[in-house]
Amino acid sequence: MSASAPIIKIDGISKSFGSFKVLDGLSMQVMPGEKLALIGPSGSGKTTILRILMTLERIDGGHIQIDGEQLYHMERNGQLLPADERHLTRMRQKIGMVFQLFNLFPHKCVMDNVTLAPMLTKGTPRAAAEKRAMELLEMVGMADKAKNMPAQLSGGQKQRVAIARALALSPKIMLFDEVTSALDPELVEEVMNVMRKLAAETDMTMLLVTHEMGFAHDFADRVLFFDRGKIVEEGKPDEIFRHPKQERTQGFLKKIIAAGHRV
Amino acid sequence: MTQWSGYFGLILQGALVTIELTLMGSVLALFMAFLAGMGRLSRFFVLRALATAYIEFFRGTSIFVQLFWAYFVLPFIGISLTPLQAGVLALGLNVGAYAAEVVRGAIQSIGREQYEACTALNLGRWQGMRHVILPQALLVMLPTFGNNAIELLKATAVVSLISLTDLTFQAQVVRSQTGNTLVPFATILIIYFVLALLISWGVRSLERRMARGLDGVRA
Ligand SMILES: Nc1ncnc2c1ncn2[C@@H]1O[C@H](COP(=O)(O)OP(=O)(O)OP(=O)(O)O)[C@@H](O)[C@H]1O
Ligand SMILES: [Mg+2]
Repeated sequence: MSASAPIIKIDGISKSFGSFKVLDGLSMQVMPGEKLALIGPSGSGKTTILRILMTLERIDGGHIQIDGEQLYHMERNGQLLPADERHLTRMRQKIGMVFQLFNLFPHKCVMDNVTLAPMLTKGTPRAAAEKRAMELLEMVGMADKAKNMPAQLSGGQKQRVAIARALALSPKIMLFDEVTSALDPELVEEVMNVMRKLAAETDMTMLLVTHEMGFAHDFADRVLFFDRGKIVEEGKPDEIFRHPKQERTQGFLKKIIAAGHRV
Repeated sequence: MTQWSGYFGLILQGALVTIELTLMGSVLALFMAFLAGMGRLSRFFVLRALATAYIEFFRGTSIFVQLFWAYFVLPFIGISLTPLQAGVLALGLNVGAYAAEVVRGAIQSIGREQYEACTALNLGRWQGMRHVILPQALLVMLPTFGNNAIELLKATAVVSLISLTDLTFQAQVVRSQTGNTLVPFATILIIYFVLALLISWGVRSLERRMARGLDGVRA
């Protein structure tokens, strides 16, 4: 694969919940190492896109290529067949996700939350998994809480552990779905700082869904504005936030600023 | 009045049989509960159907009839069980059917976000079940398991019908030998009650221990 091939290639996907069509022929591409922010009004399908990439929702039609391989299909003798669990398992190794509500395992301490998946899915020996976990916990500033149970942590601390947990599998692509929106305002910054550092220091591809426009501006190389399952406008953060071309983008940003979010 | 000590000895022996039955029956019930409870949640239709059939059948027929089948009817197809084996089998299968629904309910009570975290971390179905879902579900199951175990303890009395010398059987022996009804039956009433209390207490302290595990710092 040449360096300029997209790592994510979404090709005409559609997705309905019941009779409600969330995505209708959406196509987009993401280049390796790109930091992408997905913004847009509530219900525009941002979460759905991330969940589809994480295989938490299935698509009704279209194709997705991750790192040159079909996500939901397997190529067999030139034919495309629906992916089986084994194929999905292999593809999921390339992708990690951090959730709005952290989804930590409440019965496991911080360290075990981080080491569980590498030990089970990659057969990493405990010592090596813990060493790596310690490095990651240090990076997110949680090394001193390694033995604590999640119930004892603040929301911001939980989210930083969740980030370390997803990183422990070294995915090529990281998905972040409103990772600060469940946090008390004074805890938002600590999580954003971790993510800024991550964006600056790694060449991972990152997709970020957020309602924090200032953060999207700092974090992203490219911003996509979604409305009703469609990309209305995309461009560099400065273009989108300072000089939005589309009326709907302008309206959305105005509303967000009026609601007190900074840009 | 010296003969009473001998009779109490009999009743104590009966208590040991009852405890043995309760423990062995509970082990079988626990095994069946996980087998059938998880079977009902299986992706495979055959497993779901088998689990459902087992649960409905054993909940829908009487423990008496199940015991008589285990002891009197199975020999006709070449399976002869001792009274103890028949008792453990009937009690374990019967209570296991009820407890299976507890297992299923507890597993389903674990939030979708935990399953989704498992998927996002690429854990296999069984890995997620074993390391993430079941440990949390166990805490949900525990109180009802305690009730199930007490039900099982109380149901052990039926084995006296196939002449297993449990508490109830021995009380009847004492009654027929002494002509006194009140003393033996009052005694076993108290013993059953104390055993049930012990089960409640044991389950509650286990529950507390596990709940504490969700808090605090790991050594
Ligand atoms: N499991 C589901 N069942 C039914 N409808 C759903 C489901 N998930 C999402 N939807 C609907 O699909 C639409 C898109 O949802 P999605 O969560 O992707 O939006 P979003 O852009 O992330 O919104 P928000 O900014 O509020 O998080 C919404 O109208 C939502 O109600
Ligand atoms: Mg969303």
